Amino acid sequence: MRATPFLYAAAAVFLLCVPLIGIYPVFMMKLLCFAMFACAYNLLLGFCGMLSFGHAAFFGSAAYITAWLAATRGFGPGVAILGGVAVAAVLGLLIGAIAIRRRGIYFAMITLALAQLVYFVCLEAPFTGGENGLQSVPRGSLLGLLPLRNDLVMYYFVLAVFIAVFAFIRRIVHSPFGQVLKAIRENEARATSLGYEVNRYKLVAFVLSATLSGLAGSLKALVLSFATLSDVLQANSGEVILMTLVGGTGTFAGPVVGATLIVTLQEYLSEIVGGWVTVIIGGVFIVCVLLFRRGIVGELATLRLRGRRAAPAADGSR
Amino acid sequence: MKVRAFTSALAVSCGLLLGGPALAADVVIGDLDDFSGLYADVGGNGGVEAIKMAISDFGGTVLGRKVSVLTADHQNKPDIGASKFREWADQNGLNVLLGGSNTGVNIAMAKVAGAKKVPIFHIGPGGASLTNEDCTAYSVHYVYDTTALANGTATAIVAEGGKTWFYLTADYAFGTQLQAAASKVVEEHGGKNVGAVRVPLSAADFSSFLLQAQGSGAQVLGLANAGEDFTNSLKAANEFGITKKMKPAALLAFITNIHSLGLQTAQGLYLTTGFYWDLNDQTRAFAKRYFAKMQKMPTMDQAGFYSATLTYLKAVKAAGTTDSDKVMAELKKTKINDMFAKDGYIRADGVMIHDMYVMRVKSPQESKYAWDYYKLVKQMPGEEAFGPITGLCPLAPKK
Amino acid sequence: MRPPPGGGRQLTHARPVTEIFGIPVSVIFGQLMLGLVNGSFYAMLSLGLAVIFGMMRIVNFAHGAFYALGAFGALFGLEWLGINYWVALVVSPLLVGLLGVVLERLLLRHIHGLDPLYGLLMTFGLALVIEGTLHQFFGASGRSYPVPAALEGVVNLGFMILPLYRAWVIVASLAVCFGTWWVIERTRLGATLRAATENAPLVQAFGVNVPLLVVATYGGGVALAALAGVLSAPVILVNSQMGSSVVIVVFAVVVIGGMGSILGSIISGLLLGVVEGFTKVIYPEASNIVVFVIMALVLMVRPAGLFGKE
Repeated sequence: MRATPFLYAAAAVFLLCVPLIGIYPVFMMKLLCFAMFACAYNLLLGFCGMLSFGHAAFFGSAAYITAWLAATRGFGPGVAILGGVAVAAVLGLLIGAIAIRRRGIYFAMITLALAQLVYFVCLEAPFTGGENGLQSVPRGSLLGLLPLRNDLVMYYFVLAVFIAVFAFIRRIVHSPFGQVLKAIRENEARATSLGYEVNRYKLVAFVLSATLSGLAGSLKALVLSFATLSDVLQANSGEVILMTLVGGTGTFAGPVVGATLIVTLQEYLSEIVGGWVTVIIGGVFIVCVLLFRRGIVGELATLRLRGRRAAPAADGSR
Repeated sequence: MKVRAFTSALAVSCGLLLGGPALAADVVIGDLDDFSGLYADVGGNGGVEAIKMAISDFGGTVLGRKVSVLTADHQNKPDIGASKFREWADQNGLNVLLGGSNTGVNIAMAKVAGAKKVPIFHIGPGGASLTNEDCTAYSVHYVYDTTALANGTATAIVAEGGKTWFYLTADYAFGTQLQAAASKVVEEHGGKNVGAVRVPLSAADFSSFLLQAQGSGAQVLGLANAGEDFTNSLKAANEFGITKKMKPAALLAFITNIHSLGLQTAQGLYLTTGFYWDLNDQTRAFAKRYFAKMQKMPTMDQAGFYSATLTYLKAVKAAGTTDSDKVMAELKKTKINDMFAKDGYIRADGVMIHDMYVMRVKSPQESKYAWDYYKLVKQMPGEEAFGPITGLCPLAPKK
Repeated sequence: MRPPPGGGRQLTHARPVTEIFGIPVSVIFGQLMLGLVNGSFYAMLSLGLAVIFGMMRIVNFAHGAFYALGAFGALFGLEWLGINYWVALVVSPLLVGLLGVVLERLLLRHIHGLDPLYGLLMTFGLALVIEGTLHQFFGASGRSYPVPAALEGVVNLGFMILPLYRAWVIVASLAVCFGTWWVIERTRLGATLRAATENAPLVQAFGVNVPLLVVATYGGGVALAALAGVLSAPVILVNSQMGSSVVIVVFAVVVIGGMGSILGSIISGLLLGVVEGFTKVIYPEASNIVVFVIMALVLMVRPAGLFGKE
């Protein structure tokens, strides 16, 4: 555990220097948005043990609302983001209230079905621009002070939000509230018998996760200046699960690592393998579930833990 | 072991992130298209092949520089299309982009074209907004748009006596646009729109909607949808015997759709296309060469990829530079003459004006050889098909 | 210019016929039949899901992919080997079922006993692999499968013209569904199956080969999906994505029916097909989402589903 603060510091320095070493700020911003999305998702899956198959609904609807407020209503980025996040929170409350009535796979299937509902609304509602989505969303300037039009300013803004969200999630997980969530994950019956209103805790966690996912979606809409159907698509829900799973569920850094890997692969893999991307992503899913369910960060942590226990293990894998 | 594998994977992806060969010396043509989704057969690999054919026909070099091609799958995601385009423009010395199917992705890419000052040829998308609200000084809409399709099919059918129309409309912007464009033409020519049913996108079954269409008693069944929705709805219409009573009219159909459906199902269908392989000796010669490589006949999009590449290279040669503004100026003043277009020209708003062909799908008995699918009903002059300048594009004020 | 909404419906009003809620009775019967056709597919698919889930506690996300594989099996049997529809109806589900058996042994076996969520995730990956591979080899355009000669033509039911093939779909799928139900609920094999679901170690102790039972169940459930695929091949265009949207609807159907219930999945499948059919007439724009709305309503009233016990 001693190495963790050092790693965080290194990551922070790297993120601060990104624009200086010639990596695309826009690509990095997109990556940060998805990392934020994955972190928000992990709050639910990793720390509460609830597998939602419909998180694209929150990400996407917030993106649409933000884009709509900024592009057609002429609001500034602050109001637009707040609006998007608020809608994601309300949607989270509605979907959560229905979905938490069931557990496990039922929960997964219900979220999937309800997210599909949101998808159709986005496809057919009059304000979403149908299959073309909402395009040319102006970034504007935040509170009239920060000109977000500038990629560099926007990058540091997104980075600041990302770090805040990351710290916030850490804070929640380590709080008494987070401990109750973990208790529910481990043994729901026992948590109930200890007198906790389990469903209320689950709903709050769900709404929090939905809200933060919405924040990621809102930012993405401003970064790329459009909100389109691919944001609400079921595939997007699948991708965020994959990011979390690959990186390591229930770890803090896992979703970030997973998002980095998947977004980079998506962006660059298609040039090499063409249409096989879907097959490869599916394969990664299978391999993850089969061989390393703990994800990259989870496996690394286990390895290190074992290394520290001195025993010179002959084989690192299970 | 796993860790090392991951580290190397990460190293490779980082390498890809930062690297990318410098191709500044080449003239670089980019092709961003759907290679894995539902439009992959309309453009996709066939489009790349067509671009390569055009480059080799041109001689492989222009202004003494080698012509090279970059391709990538936009996966129908606007963010991937736009960011790939931006990256190519910044790092790979991209000179021109050919945008494949999907209007949404193309709108996003057009914004990049405007910002980066790189010409973009929209080959696959149909959305007329690309040369209206979303036009840029560097945009060319090359093959077809919704206006031209609706004009072609609706005009021809009304002229043949199909006066009353009922529409099966895909319930999204594109479907609405197609229906609106066709309705307008039908009314202008003295026909009547008796109704429409809005069908959710990718409906699994069309029979309910078709029974409603049949109940309307209209003479023409306007199919304001595309892709799978189009083929599935036509197939069901045929199965329920509706095509015997109503004339089916496709507002967007590709030859690959007809090939999928088979003539038994598709016969009698009216459609509008920008290209057909069996039009004349020139198109046949191109199609024959293309077929040798792809084992399929080219769609209008794939033919468009060929022609657009050739047109761009000719303009570069004439302008003596790859400077985007000079090339655009050259493009807009030169007539386009090749196997795709006769005396075609690029209008101020970016629409490439060329003749469109209204076709009727042959019956199995009429079809004499493989891919003998269409009978020409009407060759529609470009000005009539694409309609007048709307004034929505600031580059082309309404006269 | 926007088209008048629902213009088509206004026209049907003009005819002097018997109406219920403003809809002519003939239209109601017509839509009822069409709804039953679609419901038949839902019933077959959700039945397979329910069988697999009952035995293995796995929500088979790859169900849609196997449905597509079944249709492709029929298509290529015809194109490459000249196998006719009736043979394909048997052979294709068998082969796909066999593939299911192989995949169970290779992959799913290893996650047996883990949180069921892993099964959902793995089969999701499996669906992507199967559909992506089909897409790579056979492209995006659908392919046409001819209606078998014996079932060409239409029957005039008085209130509507029903293609003979669609009538066959209803008959065939009802026979298969209730046949499966009978095997599971009324035979000795079914009793063993149900017992193994309740308490696998005990049944194992009686000398029953439970792992064999599990793998056979998965094979059987997958074969049912493939059979639905073959049945649907002549109705729609066969393509790699044909199952991916259907599977989500079927998930909702299964949730509505109650996951464990065999009969529940059949009945709710048929029922929802009919409800969806009527939505297409009354409010077509909502026909894609009506199943999900019903699911939400059912969950609020009966969280265990209409036929579920909990």
